[in-house]
Amino acid sequence: MSINLIVLYWNYIIVIMLMMAGLYIIISNQNFIKKLVGLSIFQSSVFIFYISLGKVSGGTAPILTGIEDTVYSNPLPHVLILTAIVVGVATNALGLALVVRIQEAFKSIEEHKLLALKKEDGLKDIQIEDSKEDSAV
Amino acid sequence: MRDNPVFKIVSKILFGPIIIYGLYVQFHGDYGPGGGFQAGVIVAAAFILYSMIYGLEEGRKLMPDWIIRSVMALGVLVFGGTGIASILLGANYLDYSPFAYKIYKAQHLGIIIVELGVGLTVFAVMLGLFNAFAGFKPHK
Amino acid sequence: MLILDNIPALLVAIPLLASAVVSLLPSARIAWGFAFVTTLICLYMAFELVGIISSTQALSYAFGGWEPPWGIVFVLDSANVYLVLLVAFVSVIATLYAYTMLAREIAVEDLPKAYAVWLLAIASLFGLAMTGDAFNLFVFLEISALSSITLIALGAGQDRRALLAAYNYLIIGAIGATFYVIGVGYLYAATGSLNLIDITDRLNELGTNQAAITGLAFMLAGIMVKAGVFPVHIWLPAAYSYAPSAVSSLLAAVATKVAIYYFARLLFGIFIDITQLVDFFLLYILMPVSVLAIFYGTIAAIYQSDFKRLFALSSIAQIGYITFAFSLNSHSGISAGFIHIINHALIKGALFMAVGIFALGIGSRATMSSMQGVGRQMPITFAGFVLAGLALIGVPLTAGFISKLYLFKAIFETGNGFYVALIALSSVLSVLYLWKIFEVMWLKEPVQPLKIDKEPASAYLPVWLMVGVIMIFGVYSGEVISSGIGAANALIGAR
Repeated sequence: MSINLIVLYWNYIIVIMLMMAGLYIIISNQNFIKKLVGLSIFQSSVFIFYISLGKVSGGTAPILTGIEDTVYSNPLPHVLILTAIVVGVATNALGLALVVRIQEAFKSIEEHKLLALKKEDGLKDIQIEDSKEDSAV
Repeated sequence: MRDNPVFKIVSKILFGPIIIYGLYVQFHGDYGPGGGFQAGVIVAAAFILYSMIYGLEEGRKLMPDWIIRSVMALGVLVFGGTGIASILLGANYLDYSPFAYKIYKAQHLGIIIVELGVGLTVFAVMLGLFNAFAGFKPHK
Repeated sequence: MLILDNIPALLVAIPLLASAVVSLLPSARIAWGFAFVTTLICLYMAFELVGIISSTQALSYAFGGWEPPWGIVFVLDSANVYLVLLVAFVSVIATLYAYTMLAREIAVEDLPKAYAVWLLAIASLFGLAMTGDAFNLFVFLEISALSSITLIALGAGQDRRALLAAYNYLIIGAIGATFYVIGVGYLYAATGSLNLIDITDRLNELGTNQAAITGLAFMLAGIMVKAGVFPVHIWLPAAYSYAPSAVSSLLAAVATKVAIYYFARLLFGIFIDITQLVDFFLLYILMPVSVLAIFYGTIAAIYQSDFKRLFALSSIAQIGYITFAFSLNSHSGISAGFIHIINHALIKGALFMAVGIFALGIGSRATMSSMQGVGRQMPITFAGFVLAGLALIGVPLTAGFISKLYLFKAIFETGNGFYVALIALSSVLSVLYLWKIFEVMWLKEPVQPLKIDKEPASAYLPVWLMVGVIMIFGVYSGEVISSGIGAANALIGAR
């Protein structure tokens, strides 16, 4: 990967790094709230992807100034991302509400404890153990 | 936080200007960054600041739950109702052109109304979410 | 007439506005009544829409008066108009069923809000079926996911594992939807447009474009999560088995089907010019995955003792049949897939509704051990359940037979005997788990008395309505067959 490519496509590299970081957090982290944070990071990377797509070289922000012959960046990705941000906020809020209910119903929001529960009947309660075992990530 | 005089005084002073700023963002959504969603969040932030400093019960007295629920539904009805009004005036759904004689005034009016609906709903949802999370009492 | 001209918008707007009103209503009965009347209005509009499409072949509705490609359009042609009618019909039946069943599984003060979210889910399914704009589809996809998650989590009153199932669905569904958005981003970067028809034209001009192919891959991956295609179906069994029975029936019947319709439209309607890659994907990726889905679903269902989970696994197998039919990459394959979409929606809806009534009868979850002899104690529901089960296997005179017939017809056209053997084997295996259920419920003596006096008529009536339609479609199947062929015509042209 030559330096030239990194300089040309630096925005895509950032997008990919954020995306992979977000996915890794969702998959590997045991805490349900941290998984939601990972989901937010993953979605933010997609927003950055879209907005960096919309940038026109030498273009200013897509807000009408009175001056003629201004080059504007593409406003459509901005509108799409506004919608996607709202959707992300709603998903986050719903996920956090579910985590609150899970904590109330199961007394734990760690995935390994809840997975152990699923193997049994599912109706027994989780033993509340020491918090040393909880994920330190 | 209730007993700290700095918080109490500053939050009371700031409460009004935050809402005014929220309204500014709401109505300048046509000309700059802003619009319904951002404005709803800002206005809700004012109420949330009040709730955080003076307590949840005070916040609930200021904005009761039934008002929050009604405003949520009202915002959706305003947005959808604008579309239905367009249909009743003969155009497609959410077509603002029959609202006024000149096209740009009609579009302006339509956008302001729907953004108002969005702002109302977002304000109520954000405040409702805060109240729900902060006031959550486990059953039993 | 004002309504007739604006049906596509009203099909989404009326449930949405009704949802806002219903959330404020104080009493559960008024809320249910409002919701039921809304679904009846949508059914009437869907019938009118079918009438319009049968005469004009295609309808494009521009929102806000902005013509495509600048505005968002709802596109209706023979591929999705029957899907819209299916969603409308199933929503009426499911709302009727929810009158008794939802009320017994959710606290009564939560019912108006539950019906508000129910109407939101129905509105989003209409929007998903009709939209012709790629990003608008993401919005409806997310509304559908969020409302489905809320409805599934409502089952926590009965079984707290519903919360975990809902959380799982949230995470996996959000990842899938974000993948879809990435795909739309690539496609937008390649073509500069979001309107599906406009994208098709521009891709035809561009030829093979790496960004467009990547975009397609991401979009398909995202849609496959929502549709429950094999490797990414993981959220489906838990979500359908712990949700309230009315919610399971509605979601299992139509939520995945709409996503599969869009999957077919992406593959066959849009990426026509990248045919080599689409052919490769269909033959070497989708077909093995579908076969795996069919066998995994059927065999896991044989070993499963919880009824709802069993039928959720059977849904995965049936979705495998639909994607298998699509992967045959022929006109009759696509027709067979669309025919099975309609028939399976009716069959699964009826099965889940019947299982809900059984669970209500014994007061706990329906499992192989708790269901002994219940068929004798609840004969009316059991009779409908058996007929729906026979339709699932593919017995003649039921709609399931028509789907299997057209699937075999499409396979015979490829001339590959191996596929015939596979599908026949899986049909035989599906008889196994249905026979297990029949044996437990009818041939064994009842072990405990029912918790209810008699079967609620308002609950088995929807089951029998669905079963009635299944039997009618088994005998007078001309409409369904022509809808499938019309769908294939709309997607890849008459052959």
